[in-house]
Amino acid sequence: MNIIVCIKQVPETTEVRINPETNTLMREGVKSIINPFDMYAIEEGVLIREKVGGKVTVVTMGPPQAEAALREAISLGADEAILLSDRAFAGSDTWATSYTLAAAIRKIKDYQLIICGKQASDGDTAQVGPGIATHLDIPQVIYVKKVEEIKDTTIRVWRMTEDGYEVIEAPFPVLFTVVKEINTPRLPSLKGIMRSKQAKITVWTHKDIEADFAQLGLNGSPTQVAKVFTPAPRGKGQMLSGTTDDIVAGLVNILKEQQ
Amino acid sequence: MMDYLLTEEQVMIRDLCRQIAKEKIAPLAAEYDKSEKFPHGIMKIIADADLFAIFVPLEYGGTGGRVLDMAIATEELSRACGGIAVCYAASALGTYPIVLFGNEEQKKKYLPDLAKGKTIAAFGLTEPEAGSDASAIKTTAVKKGDHYVLNGTKHFITNGGEAGVYTVVAMTDRTRGARGASAFIVEKGTPGFSFGKKEEKMGIRASTTCELIFTDCKIPKENLIAKEGMGFIVTMKTFDMSRPGVAAQALGIAQGALDIAVKYAKERHQFGKSIASFQGIQWMLADMATKVEASRALIYAVARMVDSGNTSVAKESAIAKLFASDAAMEVSTNAVQILGGYGYMRDYPAEKFMRDAKITQIYEGTNQIQRNIIALQLIKEMAK
Repeated sequence: MNIIVCIKQVPETTEVRINPETNTLMREGVKSIINPFDMYAIEEGVLIREKVGGKVTVVTMGPPQAEAALREAISLGADEAILLSDRAFAGSDTWATSYTLAAAIRKIKDYQLIICGKQASDGDTAQVGPGIATHLDIPQVIYVKKVEEIKDTTIRVWRMTEDGYEVIEAPFPVLFTVVKEINTPRLPSLKGIMRSKQAKITVWTHKDIEADFAQLGLNGSPTQVAKVFTPAPRGKGQMLSGTTDDIVAGLVNILKEQQ
Repeated sequence: MMDYLLTEEQVMIRDLCRQIAKEKIAPLAAEYDKSEKFPHGIMKIIADADLFAIFVPLEYGGTGGRVLDMAIATEELSRACGGIAVCYAASALGTYPIVLFGNEEQKKKYLPDLAKGKTIAAFGLTEPEAGSDASAIKTTAVKKGDHYVLNGTKHFITNGGEAGVYTVVAMTDRTRGARGASAFIVEKGTPGFSFGKKEEKMGIRASTTCELIFTDCKIPKENLIAKEGMGFIVTMKTFDMSRPGVAAQALGIAQGALDIAVKYAKERHQFGKSIASFQGIQWMLADMATKVEASRALIYAVARMVDSGNTSVAKESAIAKLFASDAAMEVSTNAVQILGGYGYMRDYPAEKFMRDAKITQIYEGTNQIQRNIIALQLIKEMAK
């Protein structure tokens, strides 16, 4: 089975600082890692390949330094890696990002399964996976917590819901987003690391993926970030004490005063 | 940080082993120490990470078999647990005789699985009456047709019972003394090969130390390593390769103890200040760090010497093992001292490092034997 895993390189810290002047992420001095949720996607891709054979191709869109994330994915067992890197992609929101990734996947052509992490730890939108499936017009199952059975033309999975899970059987090709309950990502192996250092990383620009230029990057992004700010902290609450009657009377007074 | 000019590959080994030690071994070290159970789960992680490939040559599925690579791996694993690290390193000890002296068939048969960690190895030399005086071994191997028949008992064998492949030294000709010993490969499950007492130990308790019992144990004659009478040469050359590893184990234990001591000294407040601000503690830490770094410099230098193909490394290997293990004992004892009452308690990890350190002064040649080797070589060199 040919499996595509989409990953994102994110800053390691969960407390991302925002430059108050430009409203952009301050990446200086922050180590970049593979989005933690994508680690489960890579592991699941490798597990499925180990079970049924085939190939795992990791794809990411990002600046040239995102190559490091792809090499790490190879050290964890992925076979091939494609970096989508082009100034034209800069400023993409989730719509443009999923459009771009979908265009690249269309170019890869021969695939049965696409796996994404459920969301990225920096943006937290959980929109890119479903967006890719939409652009490709293929089925999607999100929040997959278990792959139960892989058949020739279909795959049966457990999809996590708020109060349990749903068992869904989907035809290929299909896109999953996975949750952390699905597996325990392995550590890299020595031979995997050695292979990853020597691996050739394919780099594609907007020309390579034959994308519509108008749908890329900032131009292709309907989302406009007007302002990013930290909400002002709430003031301290007022505590009322005494008997129930006192408290009720006190509360009524306060509400009256503030009316 | 001292720069040892490691190759890119050695940096990968160091970083990967450090990650495994920190994430997978350290959280379980106390538990294995307490239960004295063999760490099967961690051995699987080590195998999946290809660390067993480090001591096997490339052509048999390994990554090259360099002694420095192995020293770096053992050091990093020992930093979290000297017991778990020795389960790993003892497989190298059991494998080296095949790497160094095995014929092509033996290498093809055993090394690929050992490199994958599908099975682990053990080395069987020590006997109840033959410790430092290895020439006193009583286990015999008698050739009968296509087979050798082994009889005798080995004890204190690390990985005994857990390993699938054993390299065992036995006498094939008692009349020739040390020149009458030969080395053999014995597989677990061979009829007549059983396991005896499992030892309860002071330290390195995650590792298994067990008796090997041979009772009319028939092994194919193809399992002879090198030639009859080569047993002690095989042993000595194996130890030349493995001694830097024991030294590295000691180094890792010392570094682990130092890490704990520095961390604790910064956190612990007495008389209104962190105890790290007291010169008495600072000087202890400085001496500990100096010993650790000196050990590392010595071990890496000796390992590089072995890797360069230099075959007369007995004295240098012994110096590294002697210095690093004495340093480990001193550093880990001082770590306990710095932690004070807490250092003595099992709830804190310092005392385990002290217990684990002790064995490094004893096994693979006691430090007294190391001094004999060093002195003998010194005198020989003088006579030249």
